[in-house]
Amino acid sequence: MLAWTIYISFIGVLVLMLLPREAARAARIIALLTAIAGCVVAFAGAIQQSNPGEVTTIVKVPWIPSLGANYFLAADGISLVLVVLTGLAAIAGILFSWNVEKRTKEFFAFYLALIGGVYGVFLSFDVLLLFMFYELTIIPKYFLIARWGSTRKEYGAMKLALFSFVGSHLVLIGLIAAWVVARAQTGHASLDLLELSKVSFPLGFQHWVFPLVFVGFGILAGLWPFHTWAPTGHVAAPTAGSMLLAGVVMKLGAYGCLRVAMVLFPEGVRMWQGEIAALAVIGIIYGAGVALVQKDFKFVIGYSSVSHMGFVLLGLATLNTIGLSGAVLQMFSHGIIAGLLFAVVGRMVYDRTHTRDFNDLQTMQLGKLLPFAGVTFVLAGVASMGLPGFSGFVAELQVLMGAWKVFPVATILAGLGIIVGVAYILRAMQKAFYSDAPPGKFGHDHPLEPISVPERIGAVMLITASLVIGLFPGLLLNWIQPCLNSPLFERLLKGGSL
Amino acid sequence: MNLPWLTVLTLVPLFGGIVVAGLGAEQRRLARGLTLAFSLVGLTGALCLWMHFDATSGNLQFVEKHDWVPSLGIQYFLGVDGLSLLMVMLTAIVVPLSILASWRIDDRAHIYNALVLWLQAGLFGTFTALNFFHWFLFWELVLIPAFFLIKLWGGPKRGPAATQFFIYTMVGSVTLLLSFLAIRLATGSFDFIELADMAKRSEITAKLGEAIGWKSHIGLLVFFGAFLGFAVKVPLVPFHTWLPSAYAEAPSPVTMLLTGVMSKMGVYGFLRVLLPIFPEQIRLVLTPLMWLAVLTIVLSACAAFAQRDLKRILAYSSINHLGYCLLALFAVAGAAAGINQPELQKAAALNGVLLQMFNHGLTASALFLFVWLIEKRSGGLRGLEDFGGIRKVVPVFTGLMGIALFSSLGLPGLNGFVGEFLIFKGVFPLAPWAAALSTIGLLVTAIFLLTLIQRVFCGPLNARWAQMPDLTLSERALVFVPIALMFVLGIWPQFVLGVIDPTVVKMVQQLNF
Repeated sequence: MLAWTIYISFIGVLVLMLLPREAARAARIIALLTAIAGCVVAFAGAIQQSNPGEVTTIVKVPWIPSLGANYFLAADGISLVLVVLTGLAAIAGILFSWNVEKRTKEFFAFYLALIGGVYGVFLSFDVLLLFMFYELTIIPKYFLIARWGSTRKEYGAMKLALFSFVGSHLVLIGLIAAWVVARAQTGHASLDLLELSKVSFPLGFQHWVFPLVFVGFGILAGLWPFHTWAPTGHVAAPTAGSMLLAGVVMKLGAYGCLRVAMVLFPEGVRMWQGEIAALAVIGIIYGAGVALVQKDFKFVIGYSSVSHMGFVLLGLATLNTIGLSGAVLQMFSHGIIAGLLFAVVGRMVYDRTHTRDFNDLQTMQLGKLLPFAGVTFVLAGVASMGLPGFSGFVAELQVLMGAWKVFPVATILAGLGIIVGVAYILRAMQKAFYSDAPPGKFGHDHPLEPISVPERIGAVMLITASLVIGLFPGLLLNWIQPCLNSPLFERLLKGGSL
Repeated sequence: MNLPWLTVLTLVPLFGGIVVAGLGAEQRRLARGLTLAFSLVGLTGALCLWMHFDATSGNLQFVEKHDWVPSLGIQYFLGVDGLSLLMVMLTAIVVPLSILASWRIDDRAHIYNALVLWLQAGLFGTFTALNFFHWFLFWELVLIPAFFLIKLWGGPKRGPAATQFFIYTMVGSVTLLLSFLAIRLATGSFDFIELADMAKRSEITAKLGEAIGWKSHIGLLVFFGAFLGFAVKVPLVPFHTWLPSAYAEAPSPVTMLLTGVMSKMGVYGFLRVLLPIFPEQIRLVLTPLMWLAVLTIVLSACAAFAQRDLKRILAYSSINHLGYCLLALFAVAGAAAGINQPELQKAAALNGVLLQMFNHGLTASALFLFVWLIEKRSGGLRGLEDFGGIRKVVPVFTGLMGIALFSSLGLPGLNGFVGEFLIFKGVFPLAPWAAALSTIGLLVTAIFLLTLIQRVFCGPLNARWAQMPDLTLSERALVFVPIALMFVLGIWPQFVLGVIDPTVVKMVQQLNF
């Protein structure tokens, strides 16, 4: 059933392409319906899956038998979490791009293609298939930014595409090597993730292949120092684009790190564990520090994504159940919260004021002109700070708990990152919405368009999601934790059970 | 009757806030009326708790315990003992006073009132929750409304003051969180009561060392993390620098809440968390901690003497008064070898601490209420030198504020005296040097409070205020409540002591090992 999330999205793309060019309204509605259908299927499929701890096969048919490739879609609890996230983010993104007037149908066609690719990655249990879907997402990303973006959009789009391609090539080299070694060892060709995960690759081999694949995926997860595509890409992208980039595309990278790199090369992870944790912590602090001094509102959020994804990577590096479960939950949480923050900055503020410069925003008293935007940003901001009650808290709590066990110093440093995080959110809130600076001439001669209904629905939906998971984290933990105790993760976690 | 009373108590203001916020800016009167009604429901609830509380027992009562997130050791765990009950009562009294005091705040009144109600919900939650996760949720929830109340309704320098307040508190919260994550990792529990039992068996430090390493240093590190969280909130010198500007810039009704109840969260944390869970570590660094408490008492009194703004004077005086609480608290944690009946002394000191918390909450919020009334009459002026001789034009105001000032000074017969007396009675035998040094603080307090009385009320009348109106009937009714309570508690402290004594005895026993 879950496979239909992918098919529905691509059917939506086809329908949109058949529409006449002028039918902007129809395009929006079709896109929204497609996304809602995808989300409903995702939820229904997730609830239907009786045992989230097991990898449940959805479809498995031979694809390229000589290579051992199958068309193999399946899901376990971690996939479910991310599929549901994608469903939510997809709806929200469309609600926040209701005002796209330029080539509307093409915009939404690319958008849905991206979503379809993302669903595909999260549901693929064949390495080649996963890689195909992963590559597939690069093209719509590029066009969404290059055509509908702002602020140096060609540069941002090209940088993102190049970084993604470099990353995927690293992954590809690693996977081919793994395929060759695995065939030599077992005697038959296979690209099945479950089968590959049972192969014991030689230690020396893991030692060099693991970093290749991990970094390859990590580039997209905002792994410092390969994160530089993220701020420029996020800033250049249209609102829906940055929501998806931060919300789900960065998760693709982290998911790849966990699902492919770490599961296939457990010994490799242990060899590089300290280095990964170090990079993650640098990312947390560096991202937060840089966000603290930005002049552009959207760059603040862009760098904050790097910082928050650092928590995901730190959680992955802990190699214990609690840390990993925190990392997966953080993927979900950050997807929701970052999406909301980008929506406030890009759609609610920038589309109305046409500026993101704090010096201009400071004089506009937006807290009074757009109270809804102000409140939304405050809620999203405190959620992003990791205040209890919101999803980010439960996620970071687990990551830090797991990290205490393995890297006490890194844990304390990550705490420092949280404090800087509080500071940049406060600063942005102060400058953009509740500034005490005297009102300037800007903005008062033409009243701002009020916050529209789709925006309100989108904002309420995302805040509710974050609150529900923050107060009842068991809803997702019941999917994540059994999964981490399954045989798939046994070799990875055997050294650090908790 | 198996209603979850404590849950209801917390949820009433929480939902009340949502209702009030949804009213819209036009319906000011309705918003205020509803807010007051919700806070009075809270007061009624607290009174019911007080009536049904079994005062002969120091055990937790009205306990609600349900699994929340079992895999993370998170429980929904509420309960009150004498300490919690006293704090709930204080919150329930101070919040309606503050709401009545802010009756004339018109700017976005619905949001203002909603924030106050959320603050109240957070306070009720903090004082009743007994599982770290559950408790921390409310501990942080308090911060957001407080921040916005200062930021949006404060004085001219509110922006920096609010930010400083928020950042300081957040730093403390993060270190506190990290410490508790380490504890949870090591012991597998978030439950304050369970952790206290483990600490009594001296298990926590060993387990921390086992789980994380660094031998016994980790215990101390974790202790300091938690300590910082509470020390910032109380505050203890040198973590106090956020307080004077926050108190001064916040509108006075909000300052009533900040000093009346929120500062008690820190002391409450010391009593509920730090003292039972880290007795070993407190003993290790006892002398420096005692010094910090003494410094807090003496320096803040001297700083208050140097201030020229009424609100800043009272802010520093607030630090001073809570310093006594911490002094007694640390003294109680000491081993107390070679002292006659140490348990009796410790119980006296702890009773003093609890009483002082309640008294200070009452007196300090009453004082800020008086400053608010005088600000309304002077158009916002509140410098020490701005007034002079006003006792001639506003005799009732002078008399009533005088009572509150003398209560703060610790005059026998008024509430402030009993608490401080018990504290000194307990601390003198336990730590004579610290008690002796702290008396300097008492002396300086007397000096600056008397100076305040002299400059503001006595001397030649400043002609500018010749027409200052005295308290109106409604204002008299408003200040009557705290003033009456000051007398009641001053003359018959048993009223409160009877409720808290069994709890205190139990806390002292907990410390014996």
